[in-house]
Amino acid sequence: MRTIQTSQIVDAVAAMCIKGNTELPADVRARLEQAMAEETAPSAKEVLRQLLENADLAMNTKLPLCQDCGLAVFFVEVGDDVRIEGGNLRDAINDGVRKGYGEGFLRKSACDPLTRANTGDGTPAIIHFDFVPGDKLKLVYMAKGGGSENMSRVTMLAPAQGWEGIKQFVINRVAEAGPNPCPPTVIGIGIGGTFDHAAKIAKKSLMRRLDDTHPDPDIAAKEKELEEAINRLGIGPMGLGGKTTTLSVKMTVEPCHLASLPLAVNVQCHSQRHEEVIL
Amino acid sequence: MAEYKLTTPLTDDDIVKLKAGDVVFLSGIIYSARDAAHKKLFELLDAGKELPFDLAGSAIYYVGPSPAPPGRPIGAAGPTTSYRMDTYAPRLHALGMKASIGKGKRSDEVKAAMKEHTGVYFGATGGAGALLSNSITKSTVIAFDELGPEAVREMHVEDFPLLVINDSHGGELYAVPDREAAGIK
Ligand code: SF4
Repeated sequence: MRTIQTSQIVDAVAAMCIKGNTELPADVRARLEQAMAEETAPSAKEVLRQLLENADLAMNTKLPLCQDCGLAVFFVEVGDDVRIEGGNLRDAINDGVRKGYGEGFLRKSACDPLTRANTGDGTPAIIHFDFVPGDKLKLVYMAKGGGSENMSRVTMLAPAQGWEGIKQFVINRVAEAGPNPCPPTVIGIGIGGTFDHAAKIAKKSLMRRLDDTHPDPDIAAKEKELEEAINRLGIGPMGLGGKTTTLSVKMTVEPCHLASLPLAVNVQCHSQRHEEVIL
Repeated sequence: MAEYKLTTPLTDDDIVKLKAGDVVFLSGIIYSARDAAHKKLFELLDAGKELPFDLAGSAIYYVGPSPAPPGRPIGAAGPTTSYRMDTYAPRLHALGMKASIGKGKRSDEVKAAMKEHTGVYFGATGGAGALLSNSITKSTVIAFDELGPEAVREMHVEDFPLLVINDSHGGELYAVPDREAAGIK
């Protein structure tokens, strides 16, 4: 058994929230630079130029990249041989969010869904736990903005609709969202599981690096097929037209019920803020 | 596509010349308001009370800034998605609002109101909140402080960079998705 103190978790989470909101990850930056080189339309180029300048400015001033510092979403892998000391793991993560969003001058965007009263400190975080072999604690954080999240959908297709039905639904969703989710977007897709699980694995897909390749060549090819089709929509950066409507499509496929074909499309903006730490 | 420098309060003459795709650098005072603030503004209007700012010639910015760190007038301050304010915008245009600033599509009702009352919808670059804050020189909460990031702020802007998305003649800048090229029905 390895012991990890909750105080260490609080500090690590706070640091991730601040870094995640002020430093654009290298994989996202590289993809935006590539898009800028490929675009020919002046308006598309100008948007991408502004986004890169914004990233430099955020890095230098420690201002957040975007005023919407998101809901704090975590995927946590707890090693079987880890013991948390000093309190509860969920509380420690929320304490870290409170600290990071406070000390980092990040916007607190969590509110009661009915009264709309702001919770005041950015909590509660959305936390997904998993248990894995080993003696490490892995925390993956994402600042998930509301504008792009609002464009996301879950649907239950009929099995007969198959891959063709999936393609139609995903591309239509992106077409209907148009300029709203701050394109160029990243599209996280969850196929399989149950209604709730499809949404969770769609979100988990967004935690992947933009430049990775899915280990299953068939799924990797399907991700490419969707990415190319979406980019043929021509929505472009900020919806002003262009070749780059999505930066990347990431898919997770898991078994489902014989009667179902659950599909979730989680839309993420160009401000693809993700961080991870292993304790 | 033309480039203009405009100063608030905006006049019909300022708006009529604008065409979708024009670049505008806006200076003067603009007011921030998003979902919760609009709801409260409408409660005031319905009760026949005065609004915290003069709508005549005004520009409303759909933004909920992040907190100002020491030494800066404001935190990151980019636009939020505008369609959520579509139910409110037509009445505000009828009462004198000249411009709204946000990102994303507007409803047909808002477009019709801009035609009828000579209004314009400007887009600012979504997700460029740090960069856009550079054009805001001063920001003061003037109403609904309890709403935190959603409070109404009076913002002084200098050459705030905007694009005309919908003009007062029915013109629109956003690209129409090419469904056929993407292979969807
Ligand atoms: S969609 Fe993303 S980039 Fe756009 S305003 Fe929201 S969080 Fe920021």
